[in-house]
Amino acid sequence: MKIKKVLALGLVALMSVATFAGCGDGGKDSAGADGKGKVYYLNFKPEADEAWQEIAKQYTDETGVEVTVITAASGTYEETLQSEIAKDEAPTLFQVNGPVGLANWKDYCYDLKDSSLYNELTSDSFALYDGDAVAGIAYVIESYGIIVNTELLDKAGYSLDDIKGFDDLKKVAEDITARKDELGFAAFTSAGMDGSSDWRFKTHLANLPIYFEYQDKGIDSTDAIEGKYLDNYKNIWDLYINNATCAPGDLAGKTGDDAENEFASGEAVFYQNGSWEYKNLTDKGMTDEQLAMMPIYIGAGDEANQGLCTGTENYWCVNSEASEEDIQATIDFLTWMVTSDAGTKMLADNIGVIPFKKAADTTNLFVLNDRKYTEDGKTPVSWNFTTMPSEEWKNGVGSALTAYAAGTGEWDDVVKAFVDGWASEYAAANN
Amino acid sequence: MEKAIRKYWPIFVLPTLVAFSVGFIYPFVQGLYLSFCKFTTIKKVTFNGIDNYAYAIQDSGFWHSFWFTALFTVVSTVLINVIAFAIALALTNKIKGSNVYRTVFFMPNLIGGIVLGYIWQILLNCVLSLMEKPLLALNATYGFIGLIILMCWQQIGYMMIIYIAGLQSIPDDYIEAAKIDGATTGQILFRIKIPNVMPSITICTFLTITNGFKLFDQNLALTGGEPAHASEMLALNIYNTFYSRTGPQWKGYGQAKAVIFCIMVIIISMIQLRITKSREVQQ
Repeated sequence: MKIKKVLALGLVALMSVATFAGCGDGGKDSAGADGKGKVYYLNFKPEADEAWQEIAKQYTDETGVEVTVITAASGTYEETLQSEIAKDEAPTLFQVNGPVGLANWKDYCYDLKDSSLYNELTSDSFALYDGDAVAGIAYVIESYGIIVNTELLDKAGYSLDDIKGFDDLKKVAEDITARKDELGFAAFTSAGMDGSSDWRFKTHLANLPIYFEYQDKGIDSTDAIEGKYLDNYKNIWDLYINNATCAPGDLAGKTGDDAENEFASGEAVFYQNGSWEYKNLTDKGMTDEQLAMMPIYIGAGDEANQGLCTGTENYWCVNSEASEEDIQATIDFLTWMVTSDAGTKMLADNIGVIPFKKAADTTNLFVLNDRKYTEDGKTPVSWNFTTMPSEEWKNGVGSALTAYAAGTGEWDDVVKAFVDGWASEYAAANN
Repeated sequence: MEKAIRKYWPIFVLPTLVAFSVGFIYPFVQGLYLSFCKFTTIKKVTFNGIDNYAYAIQDSGFWHSFWFTALFTVVSTVLINVIAFAIALALTNKIKGSNVYRTVFFMPNLIGGIVLGYIWQILLNCVLSLMEKPLLALNATYGFIGLIILMCWQQIGYMMIIYIAGLQSIPDDYIEAAKIDGATTGQILFRIKIPNVMPSITICTFLTITNGFKLFDQNLALTGGEPAHASEMLALNIYNTFYSRTGPQWKGYGQAKAVIFCIMVIIISMIQLRITKSREVQQ
C-alpha cells in the first residue's frame, strides 16, 4: 500500500513538472557566462529588424557579449515594452518617442550623462533630458515631406521649380486631377486612414499647424493649442483627399502599403512620407532620378524659406533596473554602434542620419535633399508632434479627419478634436 | 474502484489545481490588488485606494461600451441560437450529405478571431464601397451589424454541433409515440424536442452570452472601435484604457474596469444559468 502511495505521489510530481516545463525558459543565468553582462534591445523599427539581427550577431562574434534584439510588431511598441520590462529578463535597451513618451518611463531611464555614448553626440540638443539627467539619446534624424515622382511631374508638364508654395501645389495638383484620364495618374496617393497609415496625417501633417503656432508664439510646447492655422490644415487635407487615386469615402480602409504601392507603380505624383521610406521605394524599383522630397506647404509662414520637416522621435534609453554589468554592456554596445565602421555603416544604410561624431555618410536621397534645403538657407520645420498630449488626442483627430473625408462628419469636429481634445488630454496626462 | 477514488481524489486533482492556481487564481488575486493601485509595471506599484473605481464608474466611454456590448450580446445570442437550432433541426432530418454540411458549418469556428476580423473587414468594406455607403470605420451602426454577421458566421456552426448532439439524444420512442397520438410537427418541436434539449440550450446560451460580453479579437480587427470609440466593446475599452494611454494612473483605471467587467459577466451568466436550468426536464 505504502509503495503505491509513494508511486502515485511520484507520478503526480512528474506530471506537474512536465506541465510546467514549458514555462520554465526563464531559468537562464541573468548575467553572461563570464560576468560580461548582456544586451537585450527591444527594437521599435520593424523595417530595420533584419539589419539589427545581423549587427547584433557580428558584435557577439567580435566581443563575445550576448546581444538579443527583439522587434515589437508595428504599432504595439508600448504594449510590448510594458510586458517585457516587468520580466526578470527585461530589455536593457528600449526607446521612447520624446518628452510625452518619457513621462511614462522616466523611472526606468538610466542617467547617461557620464556615459561614453553621450560624449559621441554632435550636439546636446539630441539628448532627451529629465531635469538634469540625460534620460534618452536620439539615434536618428529623419525628414519628411512630400515625396515627388519627378518623372510623372515632368510628364504632366511641370517641374519641381514650379512649386514654391501651397498655391502652386494646389494649382498643379488640381490640373493633374482635371487631366487624370488623359495622363493616366493622379496627383496624390491615397491618404489612407487605416492604422498603418493614419499617423502620416493625424501626427505628421498635424505637426505643421502646431509648428507655425509655436513659431508665432515663440513657445515649444503648450497646455492649450489655439488652432490658429487649422484653416491651412483643412486646405492641405482637402487637397490630399480630393486629388487622390481613390474617392475620399474609401480612405477609411486604405493602408500604408496601398499608398506605397500606388506611388511605386506610378499611379500618383505626390506621396507624403519620410526619409525612412527611401529603401522601400528603391527596393520596389524606383531610382534616384525619379525621386525627390519637397516641403509640405500649407500656406503659412515664410514659404519661400520653408524646408523639410526634420527631427527625431527615436531616443535610446537604458533600463536603470538592469544589473550593473548589463547596463555597462549596453552602453558599450551602443558606443560601438556609433563609433565602429560596421555599426555606423549599418545605421547609415538602414536607419538614416545619426547625430554622432563618427557617423558614416548616407546614400539616402531624401536625407541629401534635406541637406541641400538647409544649405540653401531654408529653415527646417521642427518635429513638434512629440509634444502632442497623448495617443488618444491623435486618435481623436484621426477619427474626425476620416469622417470629414468621407462626408459623415464636419470640419468643426476636427477643430473640436484638435483644440478641445488638446486641452482635455493635456489635463488628463498631467493631473 | 470507487473507494480508491474517494481516498485518492486530492492526488488526482492536484496537477490541475496547481495549474489553475498558477494560471488563474494567482493572477486574478493580483489583478484585484492592482485595481487599487497606480503602476507602470507590476513591480513598482503605489496604493491608490478606490480612486480607480471612482474614475471607472464616471467614465462615459466605459458606459457607452457597456450598452453597446449589452445590445450586441442580446442580438447575437438570439440570432446565433435560433439559427443554430434551426440548422441542427434540418441536419438531424435524414438529408443526403448532412455530414458534409455539418463539417462545412463548423469550419469557420476553426479560424482565429483576428484573421476573421480582417477578412470580413475587407469583404464588408468592398460591399459598402460598391453600395457607396460609408465604410465600417465611419459608421457605428454598420460596425455593429458587421460584428453580428461575423459572430453569427463564426459561432453558429459550433452551437449547431451541440444542438445536434442534444437532438440526437432524444429517444425515438417519444417522437414516435407523439406521432401516433396525432401531434403536429409544431407540437412535437415545442412540447418534446425543445424541453428535451434544454441542457444544450443552457450550455449554448451560456457560451454565446459570455462570448458576446468578452468579445475582443473580432472587435479589434473589424472596427478597432472606430469611429471615435463608438463601436468599442467592453473588452476593447479596457484594453485601450490600459495600453494606449500614457501614464501610471491609466493602468489602475483599466484594472478597475476589468474587475467591474469580470463581476458583471459572472452575475449575468449566473442569472442566465439559473433561468435556463430551471426549465430543464428529466428524461
